[in-house]
Amino acid sequence: MGSHGIRDKVAIVGMGCTRFTEHWDKGADLLAVEAANDAFRSAGVDKTEVDAYWLGTALSGASGMALSKPLELSGKPVVRVENMCATGAESLRQAAYAVACGAYDVAAAVGVEKAKDSGYQGLNAFPIPNDGSARTLTAAAMFSMAVPAYAHKYGVDPAEMKRVLAEIASKNHANGARNVRAQFRREVPVEEILSMPTVAGELTVMDCAGVADGAAAAIVVRAEDAHRYTDHPIYIKALSSVAGDGKGLSDPGYDYTTFREAADCAREAYAQAGIRDPRHELAMAQVHDCFTITELILCEDLGFAERGMAWKDVLAGAFRLDGVLPVNTDGGLKSFGHPVGASGLRMIFECWLQLRGEAEERQLDTSRGLALTHNLGGYPGEMVSCITVLGDQRS
Amino acid sequence: MRGILGHGAYIPRWRLERASIGTALGSGAAKGTRAVASYDEDTTTMGAEAARLALRNAPGSTPATLWFSTTAPAYLDKTNATTIHAALRLERDVLAADAGGAARSATAALRTSLDGTAPALVVAADIRGGLAGGPDESAGGDGAAAVLVGDENDGTLVATYLGSASASEEFLDRWRAPDDSWSKLWEERFGEGRYLELGEHAWKHALKAAGLAAADVTDLIVAGLHGRAVRALARRLAVPPTRVVDTLDASVGCTGAAHPLLLLSSALECAAPGAVIGLVALADGADVFFFRASGSGTPVPPARTVDAQQSGGRVVPYGKYLAWRGRLQAEPPRRPDPARVSAPAAGRAIEWKFGFVGSRSPGSDEVRLPPAVPGADPRGSPEPAPMADALGTVATYTVDRLAYSPSPPIVFAVVDFDGGGRLPIELTDVGPDEVTIGTRVEMTFRRLSSADGIVNYFWKARPVTAGVPGGDE
Repeated sequence: MGSHGIRDKVAIVGMGCTRFTEHWDKGADLLAVEAANDAFRSAGVDKTEVDAYWLGTALSGASGMALSKPLELSGKPVVRVENMCATGAESLRQAAYAVACGAYDVAAAVGVEKAKDSGYQGLNAFPIPNDGSARTLTAAAMFSMAVPAYAHKYGVDPAEMKRVLAEIASKNHANGARNVRAQFRREVPVEEILSMPTVAGELTVMDCAGVADGAAAAIVVRAEDAHRYTDHPIYIKALSSVAGDGKGLSDPGYDYTTFREAADCAREAYAQAGIRDPRHELAMAQVHDCFTITELILCEDLGFAERGMAWKDVLAGAFRLDGVLPVNTDGGLKSFGHPVGASGLRMIFECWLQLRGEAEERQLDTSRGLALTHNLGGYPGEMVSCITVLGDQRS
Repeated sequence: MRGILGHGAYIPRWRLERASIGTALGSGAAKGTRAVASYDEDTTTMGAEAARLALRNAPGSTPATLWFSTTAPAYLDKTNATTIHAALRLERDVLAADAGGAARSATAALRTSLDGTAPALVVAADIRGGLAGGPDESAGGDGAAAVLVGDENDGTLVATYLGSASASEEFLDRWRAPDDSWSKLWEERFGEGRYLELGEHAWKHALKAAGLAAADVTDLIVAGLHGRAVRALARRLAVPPTRVVDTLDASVGCTGAAHPLLLLSSALECAAPGAVIGLVALADGADVFFFRASGSGTPVPPARTVDAQQSGGRVVPYGKYLAWRGRLQAEPPRRPDPARVSAPAAGRAIEWKFGFVGSRSPGSDEVRLPPAVPGADPRGSPEPAPMADALGTVATYTVDRLAYSPSPPIVFAVVDFDGGGRLPIELTDVGPDEVTIGTRVEMTFRRLSSADGIVNYFWKARPVTAGVPGGDE
């Protein structure tokens, strides 16, 4: 037994991404078709040339027919993927493995979510019949428990902790303001964020990701075929996925300052990609900033900062566009909202743009050549985690 | 010899100041407070709490029968006593049945149990209310009590049963159609007259049955929903006023079906060895019982005494009280309503959901909440780990102002239990500003929500109440 990865065996040759916003006039079907068509155009293929499809959607459709019917695909394998908030990234993982093993020449991953049709605030999962004993807390409240835990463990004054989190929100909004596809395109100063009332623990609404509709798509082929489709293919360096055993919830040793699944997932990803020092080897990272505290902790779990030091890095601007390792360069979940099935592919789309030099006013120096995306689904103590590492060179 | 093996009473934490009713309605102000069940309590959960105390008060004794009486059942058609049976983790061959509907049902179950031969747990609970500003709303109270009846062979008798008598008569004092949510009352002078006559009749016969004279009675309890009749009868039975047990009208109010047992538990707590307790319950007649408190030393009171519970309490505003009772519709959070509980899923999880039983991993001290699924651990099968009586400490907590709750916000904590085990769980009977890391908590049986008429029962944690060993309060 062993995990080997598929470093440099598969390349992304086309991508598409809708604007993420409250698409009152578009359903999941139309959003998926728009993103898929953008990706087809980007790769120079038509839908019949794609041999197999994976549809990532957590709540907006069932089975592959949620894509095959609106896109009018016939005789094709189309499978729906669901892995909580890692759904979008997981759909790419499935498509990439299918190409890597030689089963298909061309595969597509399409992620979509219609989150704004429920009529309620936040994201709401369809309940599986159950015994009623599971807690019904919001994700905001679950993640809010990490705030005092982190501050206490590392001796951060509560007021300073609030400022750290506000800095993260402000940074991501500053990046999102420079992105035409973002839901929120206004810079928000730290002082304005600090004045908001709390909604869950110490978290305010400005610590929470928005809720939006959106879709994104990617076309993958074997790496050796990539230049038949584009001059600037992006190579898959690592695909890592971890589902937690949930024991963080029942383990008195768990202290809410780390997400074990994310740390495990990162170790595996870096082994696949041959990365030893992510802080200095990655050109950028898009991480799952469902809440500001989540981004802070992920910067440590993913090895961008030493344990207990990420808050200082945040205050020093280490993760800004001009920092040592820019994080959530496109604006993150904070600016985009979180259409669950699309978010992972939206992050990969940002890496695609950046590594190809197409990120316009957000454009980074990408000479390091590597980019990481990370998603998690679930809560502190019980989550899934998915990491994709991409590169602009085939080594 | 037959008697009482254990007893306990449960008074919810919340109090409605009667003056606040008058303030809200612009009417006259009454004195004192009444006990109010929280939004997450019903007669079944309060009954379960009282029953837990009664069984804890009678170590080693277990009932063969469980009676549950209330005028405000959570379910009709379906038995409510089975929920209490599950929360107490009683054996399958225990008969659990409701003796409900009328306030008198509780003393009827007590009489039946005392006249029987097997150990029986008599549980009564009520949520009393009425129209805004009316006498039932003001004089009523919410609470529960439980008495474990049995023979000396079944355990240690706290009090011996000396005798009883009843009087029954059809007359209209108060009544309620099955689909009405409040009772209607006849002019009270009529009921008073009937109760005085029936009470004196039963009293006389019960004294005879017990071989007692009125002068022998050291503690007289008169309980009933007709407050005027209760006070008048207590004066007529030739028992000095100093021997009449406080009816808790000033703090708790009359808890309907539960009140006779609640006052009995209260009297037993502080009864001197050899004390003779007379219990008179007025409801559609009269039921009179005599007990003699155990002669060998002072009976051990339950961990949480009536006295400690009735003197505590936290004020709930009248508007919130009305919202809790569903009589004032408050704006809910904009989140989906809870889904109904799956009957088969709840049935499979009965030990966890109703009994709060986790699992202990084989060959280790690790406690899993909820219990581990058998088959995953190569070391062997998980063992049951009953945790309902364990105390815990808040490791971290949060306040959720977004999530659905019948009474937002949700106060939620990660609780580490003494002896192992951790569970993130909702807190109750606590304000957002009353919890901190290190707060000691105990488990309490509550209703999380209801959907499609199905009540979702589960456990919550609350700050430990006075008198709990290890509570450090």
